[in-house]
Amino acid sequence: MSEPIPRARPIAAARLMKRVMADHFLRLDEAARDPSRKVAWCNSVGPGELLHGFGFEVYYPENHSAILGATRKATEYIPYANARGYSPEICSYLTADIGAFMKGFTPLKKAYGIEAVPRPDVLVYNTNQCRDVQDWFRWYGRHFGVPCIGVHTHRNIDEVTDTHVASISGQFQELARDLAGIAGHSLDMDRFRDVVRLSARCSQLWEQVLRTAMARPSPLTFFDGTIHMGPAVVLRGTKVAVDYYETLLQELRSRVSDGVAAVEGERFRLYWEGMPIWGKLRSLSEQFLGLRSCVLASTYCNSWIFNQLDPDDPFDSMARAYTELFIVRSDPVKEQYISRMCADFQVDGIIYHDARTCPNNSNNRYGMPGRLADRLGIPYLTIDGDLNDLRLYSEEQARTSIEAFIEQLDQD
Amino acid sequence: MPLFAGVDVGSSATKAVLVDEHLRVLGRGTGDSGADFAGAAESAFEQALGQAGVTRDIIGYVVSTGYGRGNVAFANAQRTEIHCHAKGAFHLFPRAITVVDIGGQDNKIIQVDRRGRRLDFAMNRKCAAGTGSFLEEIAHRLRIPLQDLSGMASRSTDVTVSIGSYCTVFAQTEILAKIRAGIKREDLARAAMVSVARRVLETLAVSNEVVATGGVVAHNPPMKEILSEILGVVVHVPPHAQHVGALGAAITAAGK
Repeated sequence: MSEPIPRARPIAAARLMKRVMADHFLRLDEAARDPSRKVAWCNSVGPGELLHGFGFEVYYPENHSAILGATRKATEYIPYANARGYSPEICSYLTADIGAFMKGFTPLKKAYGIEAVPRPDVLVYNTNQCRDVQDWFRWYGRHFGVPCIGVHTHRNIDEVTDTHVASISGQFQELARDLAGIAGHSLDMDRFRDVVRLSARCSQLWEQVLRTAMARPSPLTFFDGTIHMGPAVVLRGTKVAVDYYETLLQELRSRVSDGVAAVEGERFRLYWEGMPIWGKLRSLSEQFLGLRSCVLASTYCNSWIFNQLDPDDPFDSMARAYTELFIVRSDPVKEQYISRMCADFQVDGIIYHDARTCPNNSNNRYGMPGRLADRLGIPYLTIDGDLNDLRLYSEEQARTSIEAFIEQLDQD
Repeated sequence: MPLFAGVDVGSSATKAVLVDEHLRVLGRGTGDSGADFAGAAESAFEQALGQAGVTRDIIGYVVSTGYGRGNVAFANAQRTEIHCHAKGAFHLFPRAITVVDIGGQDNKIIQVDRRGRRLDFAMNRKCAAGTGSFLEEIAHRLRIPLQDLSGMASRSTDVTVSIGSYCTVFAQTEILAKIRAGIKREDLARAAMVSVARRVLETLAVSNEVVATGGVVAHNPPMKEILSEILGVVVHVPPHAQHVGALGAAITAAGK
């Protein structure tokens, strides 16, 4: 314990990312005030490509709510939504975001001088993650008096079949007809294909970025990933995102070839299953740094890898990409996925985050940790917490559990 | 020869243990953790030194543990209470065991193999259910001093009385209803202990002998029989059960 705690190594590309994200929000703010431009709100694994294809500026409320969490403002605003009948047990992205909106607060003001989130012309959701996005968007739809339309995804899927793809592709095409009415023009297929091409490229690069963590020592952590995934979430389908990940990938590859570790003296390699705890990214990251253990892979950051996107077949390939996602799949598929990740990244232990308000992304609740521990022989730890509602997180208990887990790995 | 010390600054009580190189216990100290963890650690340590009849210059190494482990300025190293309870319990019962530590603010269930290696552990979820705090609240609601809860529970005649709620606040409401219904305080005191044992049952699967540690079992003898009945296994409560974490810390300090 008397050893000095190593310092985190900042990723140089972070400066560029800050500029890219600032430009994104400023452009949205301008668009919202320009009657000739249209703004669409979209959920983070929703059909952003289609919206860009129509020329909408695309805003992602989940990203906004994650910023509320990361700036530790979410817990302050959640109660206002609770008081309006949105239970403290439902998605705390939803409650934090709506609560902050009710009180006229946005973290974009402090960060970029933006007074309010951009007024939408349409809200577009995909229930592939959960039903909460739909309820969340509908609240805003009623508030702004604008259409709220979406795609209803099949859930708990074993194998993605042509029937699933046809169903979702059909819904995307129906969505395109509705969006044409709102945009005031039909979908330009060449532009749409180009967006899908850029999105596919962004996805490939993001996957390559994350896979640099397979190196020993890993050049990046899960906590870095949750920050650097920003452009993959809000700018995929644009050249800006592609350029950004080319820069980031180059830096991480140099780290790997120079043997630069994200966690100096990396002793243990860990997998994070579930949502980040946005308000505690820094303290968790520092704790793992001190324990010389690198949380280096996660299902969460992988959620923005869409291998199936194909510009030659945009609707069907989008349908396949958005249905193949981990969160949409059955437990056996999820277990296979995590097993493969643990092997690829040479993982010593798995940390499950049981996020109280996010049952769909808390995979510890139906016995999976025990099944995977038996199958892989890799120990696990479950932390009780939440993505945004810090009232549901006992920091002292989580810290002790993490420290004890590393002690346990240490005795082997 | 130098001695070794373990200091366990828990959420309710602070405990200290001194051992020699053969791990013989030479002194123990105990005090309330209160709001001054550093002072509580100092005082428990001094007590242990006094009991052993030694001065602190003979202490070779100190390991601190517990919630306040970071507040022990004279400690050479810190370990978690999970490590220390496992270490202390295995020293007393050197075989495959499940350690059940019920403390003031949390409980810990730790599986230890026959060589003393930890296999798994779990702590209670973020709530006071199944902890000493729960019993404190119930004693308060029954208007009896905490130290009388145990004697009262042992005079229970109706073991079918139960408290179903997880939540300390809901449990208190439930108790109010039962008091209104004329149920005896003795039966409610026992029911509160059964509730604590049930929270242990749901935390982690227990399949072998249990070594119960911590203040709750140390101060409430009926807990042993209740735990054994609920968990369906043999339960050992070592003498000085509250000091097992500090003992484990002292053993760690001795490098054993």
